[in-house]
Amino acid sequence: MSVQLKMSEHIVSIKVYLIIFLALMVGTALTVWAGLQDFPGQLNVIVALTIAVIKATLVVLYFMHVRYSSRLIWVVFTSALFWLVILFALTFNDYWTRGWLPVN
Amino acid sequence: MNLAEGVTVEHEHSHPALQHHFENMEQQREAGTLGMWVFLVTEIMFFGGMFLSYTLYRTQYPEAFASASNHLDLTLGAVNTVVLILSSLTMALAVYSAQTGKQRNLIICLALTIVLGLTFLGIKAVEYHDKYVDHLIPGQLIPGNHFNPAVQEHGTPYDKHKLHLLPGATVRNVEMFYWIYFAMTGMHAVHMIIGVGVMLVLLYAAWKGRYGPEYHAPVEISGLYWHFVDIIWIFLFPLLYLLGRHLEHGG
Repeated sequence: MSVQLKMSEHIVSIKVYLIIFLALMVGTALTVWAGLQDFPGQLNVIVALTIAVIKATLVVLYFMHVRYSSRLIWVVFTSALFWLVILFALTFNDYWTRGWLPVN
Repeated sequence: MNLAEGVTVEHEHSHPALQHHFENMEQQREAGTLGMWVFLVTEIMFFGGMFLSYTLYRTQYPEAFASASNHLDLTLGAVNTVVLILSSLTMALAVYSAQTGKQRNLIICLALTIVLGLTFLGIKAVEYHDKYVDHLIPGQLIPGNHFNPAVQEHGTPYDKHKLHLLPGATVRNVEMFYWIYFAMTGMHAVHMIIGVGVMLVLLYAAWKGRYGPEYHAPVEISGLYWHFVDIIWIFLFPLLYLLGRHLEHGG
């Protein structure tokens, strides 16, 4: 206990780790099941990516302790997502709009 | 430090692992964690580029990507996902063991993580070999075995070694999928191999009793790296193995 007081570090309990592990297993089973269903339109992609994002978020927050980390770590991690969004947004800004305007 | 001889040092400064340029162990640990996160940001951008190229080509050739994706072994992919998530759990428990000073558990958890990591790589090797047998290694990467898959003809008996092309798919665009498949899973596997190497170093140091409640930053930041590699697979698995699967089963 004295150790914990001395260090500001948060120790995640085994129970939390096990719950997150179970949630990840359920997510894996769900994503396999959903992959074999024939959903209308682009729903298959949306379902698969939603499950993947939820699983990744659980890993980042609990296994990687970001939930208990300093603001600085949050900023650094969010900056990665920010640049990733720019990478995708600007590239698709080009690809998706090709052919929108008639070429004369 | 002007510490009189014989004085019991209770302060963290006494820890042999504390580098001279840090005030205390806490600051050193924070700096290490931040450094690893900055590295992981560059890794996210690195893999991000490959995810972008996957997305671009998949939107251009959806039928070919679905056909190629259906040829991958879903069972092996799913088993590998479970293996990797399990290894993330043992890694997390290794960090817990170090934080709470459970030396024996730390060694067991690190060893389990290594075994699970190697299991993942072994299954991956089996998959790569299956692709090699079916002539699905793209381009002419393997001399004498260039990309030349057999295509299943309509009405002929089902052959799992043959490529089942959906309407609108061409062999050349399937090859594009396999370039991306091998680039992404290959880079992921390289990260796994490095990860296993890091774990071996940790295991050695843990064996020597270097980690405990005061000092376990190496275990923690190596754990961050290991979980990051797990996250990459969490995205790779549905994108490579699952999307398009419904086209063959449902329609």
